[in-house]
Amino acid sequence: MFRFDNEALGYKGVTVLNGISLDIKAGEKIALIGESGAGKSTLLMALQSRYRASSAFIPQNPGLVRTLSVFHNIYMGSLNRHSTFYNLLNLIRPKKNEIALISPIAEKLGLTDKLFTRSGELSGGQQQRTAVCRALLQGGDAVLGDEPVSAVDSLQSRIIIQALCDNFETVVLALHDVELALEYSTRIIGIKNTQIALDAPTSSLQRSDLDFLYTA
Amino acid sequence: MHPPAVCSAAILISSTLLKGVSKFPSERSVSLGFVLLAFVCLVFADLSITTLDPWTEMQRMATGFATPDFFAVTNMGRVLIQTIAFALCGVGLGAFFGFFLAQVFHIALVRWSCAFVRAIHELFWALILLQILGLTPLTGVLAIAIPYAGICAKVYAETLEESQPGALAILPVGSGIVSTFFFARLPDVWVHIKNYTSYRFECGLRSSAVLGFIGLPTIGFYLETAFSEGNYSEAGAMLLLFYALIASLRFWLRPRLLGFYLVAAPFLLGEGASIRFDNVVRFFTSDIVPAPLRGNDLALAQTWSSFGDWLQLLLVDQALPGIIATLLLTQITLVCTGFLTLALFPLISDKFFGKFGRTIGQLLLIVLRSTPEFILAYIFLQLWGPSMLPAIVALSLHNSAIIGHLIGRYSQSLVLRPDCPRGFNLYGYEILPRVYGQFLAFLFYRWEVIMRETAILGILGIATLGFYVDSAMADIRLDRAMLLILITALLNIFIDSLSRYFRNRLRLSQQVEYS
Repeated sequence: MFRFDNEALGYKGVTVLNGISLDIKAGEKIALIGESGAGKSTLLMALQSRYRASSAFIPQNPGLVRTLSVFHNIYMGSLNRHSTFYNLLNLIRPKKNEIALISPIAEKLGLTDKLFTRSGELSGGQQQRTAVCRALLQGGDAVLGDEPVSAVDSLQSRIIIQALCDNFETVVLALHDVELALEYSTRIIGIKNTQIALDAPTSSLQRSDLDFLYTA
Repeated sequence: MHPPAVCSAAILISSTLLKGVSKFPSERSVSLGFVLLAFVCLVFADLSITTLDPWTEMQRMATGFATPDFFAVTNMGRVLIQTIAFALCGVGLGAFFGFFLAQVFHIALVRWSCAFVRAIHELFWALILLQILGLTPLTGVLAIAIPYAGICAKVYAETLEESQPGALAILPVGSGIVSTFFFARLPDVWVHIKNYTSYRFECGLRSSAVLGFIGLPTIGFYLETAFSEGNYSEAGAMLLLFYALIASLRFWLRPRLLGFYLVAAPFLLGEGASIRFDNVVRFFTSDIVPAPLRGNDLALAQTWSSFGDWLQLLLVDQALPGIIATLLLTQITLVCTGFLTLALFPLISDKFFGKFGRTIGQLLLIVLRSTPEFILAYIFLQLWGPSMLPAIVALSLHNSAIIGHLIGRYSQSLVLRPDCPRGFNLYGYEILPRVYGQFLAFLFYRWEVIMRETAILGILGIATLGFYVDSAMADIRLDRAMLLILITALLNIFIDSLSRYFRNRLRLSQQVEYS
């Protein structure tokens, strides 16, 4: 599904990660862990730019248009499915069938009463859930998420991750919560000092096996 | 008329102001340099009062304004509606084309063309179009639309460029350019574009009013008549109605009504002479061709030597003195605008005045910035005669009211410690150092605007470039007029790039709400 072969990854001309070799197969649920600044975002961005056509993306800043409603922000996940004319009509006046399509997704993540609120007026957690809804609507083979549950409580974190795992065959999420990583992933990739320091099936790992990633 | 006492007092004020102010030595030395340059310019400027009895006339005018006579004005409703209609059509077209040009603003040719058309003042455009299309509604509409398209294109393009919407990263592949633009790009900057366009519409109302001075049926036409006949009560009433129109903008210019207005406006422009096609053709094929080349054999050396004489005469006798006068006036006005701004902005700031004081300050600034600078200059010219003095006073008052409004508002956003000093100490130590960079940025943005206005005031008889343009137009020597307008435009582009140079060198904020 995704593959890097001894590559240097970075952005804006600055290399952040060196000698990355990675092979992600369809169906894997992967948790990326490591200290903040270790390079999780860089790895995800590299995956996203290379495999953009087949994957939905949830960036760390949720990538919302603040002046548009939650409905429109979610709808943006399906812009490529409709004609430009249809898109513009729906921008001016939300279409009934689109509302019918999007409402259940929003309901699942508790956004029903915020559907026509501007996304800029939402709390951080609500914005994050909006971005998740958009990814769910977009669909595809895989979802890439950069800390998609950093601003929500643990119950909602589980709802979100479960929803992503149910709707996408392949899931790659950067997570700061090690418990969640152990709970939902099938494989954990740990990054430390710009290298992949750990890459193992979750079933073979204990909580304590991950501690070294967070110590100097 | 430049008594040394005034000069030294002003130097004293300026140096004390600047001493405590500048964060960087460069901001301070640049400010000081501009002030010194303005004093040098003052030496060469003609500031005389030539009217015989300015005080009596001033008293009559003040009395007239104090006793506005709304019944003297006939057809005022129609005049106001026509003034609005010209502004709506002109700004509407300008914003529409500006919006499309903004999408291709990365093309150098588009950028240069926009810089060129906006370097020519709407009154110059009107004078040119008058020759091509005659005194028709289209002349007035295009005179506003053409330069406004250039300005809007630039501002819209910069706005779009500055916004870096994160949503672009997440759109599914194949979303299409148009959908991407309207979903991920435009909503981000929509408020900014909307605010800027409504600000432009306010400017458009002023432009529309001023177009009356060259014969279009807007309020300026009737104002000029009233002023020249000394009917100051009538003129006062018209000005008051115009202020009311601008002050009430936010009540009647509703987004929901805009579509209706735009559809109705073209039908409310009034009648004009019909456009004569042979005039259009003659303008391009004959009128603007330099006289010595017109109909003469281009192969003859004789033709070219007389063209050389024509060019030399025009450049040395008209363009050069025009450029010098324009620059003198611009530099003096710029510095006067600066000082006046620093004096005016506290009037509307909650850091200095209570609600009552601020309301009076707001009223003063609204009147000063709503009166079109051209009309303000016309009024002072009536009082004092055609020297640089009325131009300096009018342009400084108008521009400082605009910048003062922005700086005053900006100063309100400052958060001060609770035990900060009060009065002049507060001004000098807490507020001025914080707003000075923003102040300089706005002033530099205004530099090019002031130059454009300075040139156009020549139409009123001050010997700037506009004076020579207007004289050439009056003599129906359009070839000369066009060359002089071209020179004015180039001078304006030069000032604009100079202003950008200073802003970059001083690292003044590029983010500007209104320019």
